[in-house]
Amino acid sequence: MVLMAVVLLLLGFFIGLGFFGQQGGFFGLLIALTIWLILTLISFSQGDAILLAASKAKPVTHDVHPQLFNVVEEMRIAAGLPAMPKIYIINDPAPNAFATGRSPQTASVAVTAGLLARLNRDELQGVIAHEMSHILHRDILFVTLAGIMLGSTVLLSNVFLRGMFYGSTGGSRRRYSGGGRGGGQAQLLMLVIAIVAAILAPLMAYLLYFALSRKREYLADAGAARLTRYPEGLASALEKIANDPSPQLATVNKVTAPMYIVNPFKKQGQMKLSDWTSTHPSISERIKILRGMTHGVSFRDYSDSFSKITHKKTVVPLAALTKEDIALREASAQAKKQELLEKQFRQVGDIMRRVNGFIFLTCVCGLKLKIPPNFKGNNVICPRCHKVLPLSA
Amino acid sequence: MTALIIVAAVLVLLIIFVIGIYNALIGLRNQVDNAWSQIDVQLKRRHDLIPNLVETARGYMKHERGTFEAITNARSQAVGAKTVAEASKAEGALGEALSKFMLMVENYPDLKASQNFLAVQEELASTENKISFSRQNYNDQVLFFNNKIQMFPSNTVANMFNFSKRDFFGLESAAEREVPKVSFS
Repeated sequence: MVLMAVVLLLLGFFIGLGFFGQQGGFFGLLIALTIWLILTLISFSQGDAILLAASKAKPVTHDVHPQLFNVVEEMRIAAGLPAMPKIYIINDPAPNAFATGRSPQTASVAVTAGLLARLNRDELQGVIAHEMSHILHRDILFVTLAGIMLGSTVLLSNVFLRGMFYGSTGGSRRRYSGGGRGGGQAQLLMLVIAIVAAILAPLMAYLLYFALSRKREYLADAGAARLTRYPEGLASALEKIANDPSPQLATVNKVTAPMYIVNPFKKQGQMKLSDWTSTHPSISERIKILRGMTHGVSFRDYSDSFSKITHKKTVVPLAALTKEDIALREASAQAKKQELLEKQFRQVGDIMRRVNGFIFLTCVCGLKLKIPPNFKGNNVICPRCHKVLPLSA
Repeated sequence: MTALIIVAAVLVLLIIFVIGIYNALIGLRNQVDNAWSQIDVQLKRRHDLIPNLVETARGYMKHERGTFEAITNARSQAVGAKTVAEASKAEGALGEALSKFMLMVENYPDLKASQNFLAVQEELASTENKISFSRQNYNDQVLFFNNKIQMFPSNTVANMFNFSKRDFFGLESAAEREVPKVSFS
């Protein structure tokens, strides 16, 4: 986070030096700061609303999906959050979820219809607990701020490089070749440094951003295990999400990707480099770590399991590594039963129709009619018994 | 003169430090109290849910009058409990009666298929979860608070203002903690 700020400010400094000479460094610094400030202010006041609107999330209440609502409230209680987050459903068959909002008081949780259709209660609880830990750790704020810094860095270097390109082909070289011959050479050197900085800075910023995002994902997994006392719930949810054949989420872009529980982009080609350039750790690794927590569910247990599986130093901050003896719990009775997936799918379909303003009619012959909101006319004819049903009920 | 200024500066820093820790301790203690009252909120929710549950299931389970009576009695005892010890005993009995009832439901397929009952069942399962999660949160908060009281440097401030450790919430009853004895005689 601090490193990203340094990258951004250094870029501004060098561009300033290249463009305006000796005194320009601080001017460039100022420009970088202003861009960053403006973008930050916008995303602070409107960020969550923009994200929710961009992903076409619809707000829901307790009546629409009692189980989702209850699970969110259970996790709110377990996390000790002061206020209930707002709950949204996204009408998309790809199973995924995200949390947003800059403070625990004004947070929102969104899940896709595909997620609700596939997971049982324990798995849904694991996913919601993961999102709740994002809220509790204020990860949304962190990732948003880092994302803005990344955006500012990319913007600044793009503007500079394009300006250079058009400047040199347009033939207006007066600006930076004026002055004495020696001064001109120093100026040229500064320009070269600025160009190199403008090319390298976005790359650096990207890598730092991805590293931050991955670390936060691990920490949210650890938090979820601790909140639910049941790492298997999240592990099996991740497994189901990873093995899901449905196409990738329709409304997603590079900036919103780190907010989701799993990377919403389906991989095209596998490269070794992808470990470095991914917003999320690999799902198989996350599952292995969660399943490796056989002794307890504290942050220390997660960190032990993490080092055993990735052979890396721990991601958990030292302050959270106090010794706690927290035992795992059993699977809930409902999750032990094999649920009828098909029925669950149909229920979720009905929920989406209700959210989208469909009207439900039950004919006397027992047939259930689902009428879309843009239906014109006051009557419908039941396709089974041909009785005319009035629409305004 | 300079020595005096240095001493004064150190004193001021020390006071700011003590105030900071004191406020943090008060904040943590309030969170513990808040977590405790959350448990009561969830228990109250369970009490409110029971009449609804009994009403929904009664029509289907005509021969289980004893079970309903046990639940209703346990509920009224839990609602009327005066002391903490009384309340925890009554809540334990209520929890047991409810889990017995949920096992019995398995024998009534009609009841299990009823939409009304499914809705009540989800609410009941969630309420039981909420009770245990609010207890879990209480214990987590107590752990943070106790750690802060015992660890250096905040323990000095805690001793100065007589902050005392809080107790963890125990299991439902002492009997549950005990491992059942198996004899081979």
